[in-house]
Amino acid sequence: MRSSRPLRNGLVLSLVAAGSLGAQGLTGAGATFPYPLYSKWFDAYNKKTGVPINYQSIGSGGGIRQFAAGTVDFGASDGPMSDEQMAAVKGNVVHLPTVLGAVVLTYNLPGLGAARFRLDAPTIADIFLGKITRWDHPRLAALNPGLKLPKTDLIVVHRSDGSGTTYVFVDYLSKVSPEWKSKVGASTSVSWPIGLGGKGNEGVTQQVKQLEGSMGYVELVYAISNKLPVALVSNSAGQFVEPSLEAVTAAAAGTRLEKGTDFRVSLTNASGAKAYPITSYTWLLVKVDTPDPARAEILRDFLSWMITPEAQQMAATLGYAPLPAEVAGLIRDRIKTLRSGGRPIG
Amino acid sequence: MTDSATAVADPAAADPAPQAQGPVSALEGRNWGDLAFRGVLTTGALAVPVLMGFLVWELWVGSRLAVDQFGFDFVTASVWDPVAGQFGAVPLIFGTLVSSFLALCIAVPLSLGVAIFLTEFAPTRIRQPIAFVVELLAAIPSVVYGLWGIFVLIPFLRATIFPFLRGLFGFLPFFQGPIYGPSMLSAAVILAIMVMPYIMSVSREVLLAVPPSQREAALALGATRWEAVISAVVPYARSGIIGAVILGLGRALGETMAVTMVIGNRHEIAASLFAPGYTMAAVIANEFTEAATDIHFSALTLVALVLFVVTVLVNAGARILIWRVARGRPEGGRGL
Repeated sequence: MRSSRPLRNGLVLSLVAAGSLGAQGLTGAGATFPYPLYSKWFDAYNKKTGVPINYQSIGSGGGIRQFAAGTVDFGASDGPMSDEQMAAVKGNVVHLPTVLGAVVLTYNLPGLGAARFRLDAPTIADIFLGKITRWDHPRLAALNPGLKLPKTDLIVVHRSDGSGTTYVFVDYLSKVSPEWKSKVGASTSVSWPIGLGGKGNEGVTQQVKQLEGSMGYVELVYAISNKLPVALVSNSAGQFVEPSLEAVTAAAAGTRLEKGTDFRVSLTNASGAKAYPITSYTWLLVKVDTPDPARAEILRDFLSWMITPEAQQMAATLGYAPLPAEVAGLIRDRIKTLRSGGRPIG
Repeated sequence: MTDSATAVADPAAADPAPQAQGPVSALEGRNWGDLAFRGVLTTGALAVPVLMGFLVWELWVGSRLAVDQFGFDFVTASVWDPVAGQFGAVPLIFGTLVSSFLALCIAVPLSLGVAIFLTEFAPTRIRQPIAFVVELLAAIPSVVYGLWGIFVLIPFLRATIFPFLRGLFGFLPFFQGPIYGPSMLSAAVILAIMVMPYIMSVSREVLLAVPPSQREAALALGATRWEAVISAVVPYARSGIIGAVILGLGRALGETMAVTMVIGNRHEIAASLFAPGYTMAAVIANEFTEAATDIHFSALTLVALVLFVVTVLVNAGARILIWRVARGRPEGGRGL
């Protein structure tokens, strides 16, 4: 592991011709969902400070595995590490939320016009359990008075590849439907009771676009940039909420974090009248104690920058929901407790 | 270097002049150039089985956890539930074999037809350009095939070919049920297009190598050109053509990206070809990066091992077929 570092850093160094700090670049690996944002952040941070950060978007599972193996300075994941995984790294890990993501339901219903389709939690669960298979089902009609729903089959499209998006969606379903929890459960890939599998957001979107009467789930960022029709979902306060960056941030604000939290909280089905219910943090995984003091310092500096309004604003322009101010404050406090070789950093 | 190379190639023809000892010394390995050359080649040849060994070893070690937990059930069970940690590969094996077999059913007649046309019937002027275009298909990355499959092929198949097939053969269980688009048949069509250039190109080379005397003899006996091709040329090239088909089969079995994008990724065995399916390579591509639990990771590694074994078995079966064919029917097969 160690032997590859000088080589990699050397490569990075020669590419960016950074200053003296450049020799101490960071490497990270993990989630693909926040990759567009991370690459922009790392680029901006490099221009600002000369510190190169090399990030491989190999997926959350790979990020956790590489972090546990110690081959990267930080990991990134859309789902928190399990207790067993935490035990495997002897608890030497902190989850730090970076931004928020959300999952939206998109559909192909010609003739709906500008009207918005509405869904509530039990109905979404029953659709994905295969219990509601037609658009003219009485429960869909009851949720959407005034809409003329076609008398056709409802075809479910889901992600076929393991993904954080799937994790957030099924985590939500597990929370709102006991039947889903017992029959299917939550993971980055699950055994779907029904439906077609599309690879990636683009695969799901394409199948939904091509199949009249289909419904699938995709990331909010993707739905926004592709202008997909998305359903309003009723939250725990009974309000139908349009998925938007504000509604996503509201979900995080509505979930109270205790002082000294480890941030491994699920935001799905959050309380708050304006909260969109299928929402999640995405995390960076860093060591509580980074042995190399210089490296620990660089990491700490980056983490502190990442929660500044400047960096969080960058997130919003790319379609990621920024963290609520209180959460950013808690993260700042947590970063101060990071250590190097048992001593405070710097 | 040139001297000693010819000497090795043909020691008996060594010139009787001063270097009479040349070939002997080369054979005994006293020529350093030769020795180095031979060493490099031997290393290269040995590297292949060693690499293969490492590959199998890595898969073997990585899949121990899944083997211990599921044992033989892994290849007889059909549940795939990462949440509950239950893994069975039957639908994957089924999907891999069926999609590849169907692909060959489509690709073999097509590519053989093109190969025969290009070697026997096409005007000389267009032979090279057409062969070039078909071979160009092999250079297209599979993810591009996949995208093309999603955006172009599937909408086309769903709107035209699939309803037509259902209307014509709807009484067969293979062509019943709803038409979604992404399906076993879509995957087979994509695969067929992808393996065609391999089969066509190798078959064409083999057909070109058939001695003209074969054709001339058949024609002289009064055969039409069609009869000459079927009775003299193709039988002569038979084992080479089967080799080409095996090459295509290997490609079809291992193809990942394009298949994943069009097969529908449903872990299920369905009789209908319009229904979505799944393949071994596709499930690895889909789930490997996000496999968070150890048993999931190990199960996927075991799928890779099973895929390896299946590929080896299918290839071995096909080789045995070649030997049978080449030995079994002497007329034409041996040449003149």
